[in-house]
Amino acid sequence: MRYLPKSPADREAMLKAIGARSIDDLFAPIPAEYRLNRDLKVPRQMAESEIVDWFRERSRENGEAYATFLGAGAYYHYRPVIIDSLISRGEFLTAYTPYQPEISQGTLQSIFEFQTMICELTGMEVANASMYDGSTASAEAAMMACRVTGRNAVAIARSVHPEYREVLATYAHHQGMPLATVPFADNGRVNLNELDKAITPDTACVLIQSPNFFGTIEDVAAIAEIAHKHGALLVVSIAEAVSLGIVEPPRQADIIAMEAQSFGVPLTFGGPYCGVIATREQYVRQMPGRLVGQTTDRNGKRGFVLTLATREQHIRREKATSNICTNQALIALMANIFMTIYGKVGLRELAKQNLAKAAYAAQQFGKHAKVLFSGAPRFNEFVVQTSEDPYAINGRILQHKIVGGLPLKKFYPELGNAALWCCTEMTTRAAIDTAVKSVAESERMVKSVKEPADVQEVAR
Amino acid sequence: MKHVTRKATRHVNQNEGLIFEKSSPGKAAWKLPPLDVPEVDTAELLGSGERKDLGNMPEVSEIEIIRHFTRLSTWNYAIDLGMYPLGSCTMKYNPRVNEVVSRLDGLANGHPYQPEKISQGALRILQTLSECLIEITGMDAITLQPAAGAHGELTGLLLVRAYHQSKGAPRKKILIPDSAHGTNPATAAMVGYAVENLKSNAQGMVDVAALASQMNEEVAALMLTNPNTLGIFEQEIHKIADIMHAKGGLLYMDGANMNALVGKVRPGDFGVDLMHLNLHKTFSTPHGGGGPGSGPVAIKKILEPFLPTPVVIAKPDGTLGFEYNRPQSVGRVRAFYGNFGMFVRALAYTLANGPDGLRQTTEDAVLNANYIRKGLEGIYDLPYSTPTMHEVVFSDKVQAKKGVKTMDIAKRLIDYGFHPYTTAFPLIVPGALMIEPTESEPKEELDLFIEAMKSIAEEVEEDPQMVLAAPHTTRVSRLDETAAARKPVLRWKPA
Repeated sequence: MRYLPKSPADREAMLKAIGARSIDDLFAPIPAEYRLNRDLKVPRQMAESEIVDWFRERSRENGEAYATFLGAGAYYHYRPVIIDSLISRGEFLTAYTPYQPEISQGTLQSIFEFQTMICELTGMEVANASMYDGSTASAEAAMMACRVTGRNAVAIARSVHPEYREVLATYAHHQGMPLATVPFADNGRVNLNELDKAITPDTACVLIQSPNFFGTIEDVAAIAEIAHKHGALLVVSIAEAVSLGIVEPPRQADIIAMEAQSFGVPLTFGGPYCGVIATREQYVRQMPGRLVGQTTDRNGKRGFVLTLATREQHIRREKATSNICTNQALIALMANIFMTIYGKVGLRELAKQNLAKAAYAAQQFGKHAKVLFSGAPRFNEFVVQTSEDPYAINGRILQHKIVGGLPLKKFYPELGNAALWCCTEMTTRAAIDTAVKSVAESERMVKSVKEPADVQEVAR
Repeated sequence: MKHVTRKATRHVNQNEGLIFEKSSPGKAAWKLPPLDVPEVDTAELLGSGERKDLGNMPEVSEIEIIRHFTRLSTWNYAIDLGMYPLGSCTMKYNPRVNEVVSRLDGLANGHPYQPEKISQGALRILQTLSECLIEITGMDAITLQPAAGAHGELTGLLLVRAYHQSKGAPRKKILIPDSAHGTNPATAAMVGYAVENLKSNAQGMVDVAALASQMNEEVAALMLTNPNTLGIFEQEIHKIADIMHAKGGLLYMDGANMNALVGKVRPGDFGVDLMHLNLHKTFSTPHGGGGPGSGPVAIKKILEPFLPTPVVIAKPDGTLGFEYNRPQSVGRVRAFYGNFGMFVRALAYTLANGPDGLRQTTEDAVLNANYIRKGLEGIYDLPYSTPTMHEVVFSDKVQAKKGVKTMDIAKRLIDYGFHPYTTAFPLIVPGALMIEPTESEPKEELDLFIEAMKSIAEEVEEDPQMVLAAPHTTRVSRLDETAAARKPVLRWKPA
């Protein structure tokens, strides 16, 4: 086996040194009746070339070279090549959690820079080293709000990513954390009157997403005012991190739970991604996850260490703020490099392109179908309501090697034939025009079936 | 002034600053293509919601970024540089073909919501890896969703809870041995269970009599690491399982130490009802400085109805798909389907090994640990003489007499070119040195390690002060962790 660095003679010599007759001696502690005396039924050992071929085949079966209008919490942005050049360095890739700071300064300093940039972008005072992803970060943020306030309930907006809401429900179920769902108004934003009614004296936090699942930017100031009036915290989930380049961050929030996938992390069929929690300094000791802090060594030289570990499971065990141990360090490094590349000016320009593409697409779709929630600003996603089932329309668009917007029936049956479309800097005008054409044809077709009189008009 | 400070006494690569300290307006490492749609008036679209300024975000060029991170990388230790004997962490070689295949276009750019019709490749990977892991663990079904080991524990205990709930009541307690990882009790607390400690016996194993007396109808499950954190296989595992099952409890296995068992014995065969795996340990996906991990949970049939949604199924037309309609499910534990990129790597590792490679890997891992044990026995105190599997735990009892503790020995090990072992864990061994070499070390590296450890033991006798001041060869010396925690500086701010 090519990964194993021992010759048969090495093994013999080592067994001899140990005083064992054969390798079986070393497995003697396992009761004989349980020992496996056959080969595992897994595929035979493969050559590297065979492995590459096998996965190439899988890659070809997996939508290789399709353009996409899918977003909904996972965004297709360009990844500058130096991200992979740098994260592929063995010193980053094959290092453990930086528990030994003297030989982990590379990882530690890069996390410190990551925390700093997340703070700069979110307007928060502290950020952690990462969480698993945006969905679990939101659930952990809600639990953190419960610890901070000593209350136990959560009011969550229905415009938060449906799968994030499902994850929160799973986490909340066994913690005695009642959830109230707050509906959205006609403009796609949180219904403020309903929000006010949903908050009780037990409500620890209001959890919203902005831009929300529909791409609509929430009125964070108004929501914060309502939450704070009732003594609840405001937790804001940000699923599309690129929005921070052009959209004012939710500075009124108490906790921000982010998904940083948009910052240079490949889609990879849903993970690994990079969650982050950012908050105000006063709440740092209730925060879950690892934190890197600056300090000095014995010679007064600047260095970095994992700090405030007394919050964590390996010290506090059942009294820890979370059970999280391994997080998403290498993915956070991708995001860190991405943020460094685009920086202060590039991130804004990148966000502007996203905004422009989505604005153009929404306008074009709007000529033929109904674009919902036009009463509020949006970032790079929007909802289009068609006469025909969007699955049928998407089926025709797929023939152009384009994946259409996400049909919403599964998550929001009340929106009927609606689909969530996303445009990033990667979306070409040609792809938009092709998709719009398909939607336009669909509308014409439906109308011609409904009102045969129109056929003549179309023919003319 | 006699001594004029020269500018270039030391190259900057030995003292790379923060990226913010290199920033100046007008530098850029990005370039966007021309916009092919009309420009927009951002003020008109966003109104007061438009962001005008990105604060102290850096402005640097591409070469500076390359150098910055390359320089930082050289301050890290890594498996690629040498042995990384962290006990319970299984720091094995991370094969490079894993990285290549995970970056293939259709896999790296596959969107989680793309139609199933064009997701057959990803679904096939999920299915194939699931089948392999089910066979390796001897279980009946699996969920790949959990993002890391601790997340797997959480998922596992949610399954335990749902199972007991379906029988009438979720029960109240989880039994956890005193040698367990901190994630075990932290997880139990997250799922609303009380934690009850279980004492180890003189051999370092579960005290079966104590278990029998503590087990009752209030206990939902025992969370057992096997081999445990001392590297000891629980020889009375069948009795442990029987005691749990007789009172309706479940046996949960923390699979952190599965590298000692693959291809040699299957937890499903010795009475385990559910367990998590750490793909970033046993299955070679890179640790990456602390993640990403992946913590699949393998289960027996009785727990299948409660699995998180969605589940991969074969459809009548022969294609694969996701099933969401599972009324008894514990729900979703993560958006989408888990850390898919790690599944690709773990499967590539499994295919590279095959049944013979997996077995040889386990044998070599156990051989390496026992070789180190033999080499250091008598020099470091071995608190438990019970045979060990893939890792061995010594204590600093001998060296502590000279005032040198496990952490000091660990720091001195750095000067010899090794990453330290795990210090001060498991908690049942005061001053523990927990050593797990994995299968990835050649005999030469093990011999060097043993020599280094012997040499340090001599240094402790001759010059303990020198050991206490270690490491001596690193870019920074020991860092003031107390100061870091007392007045936390968690971000850079402009002067």
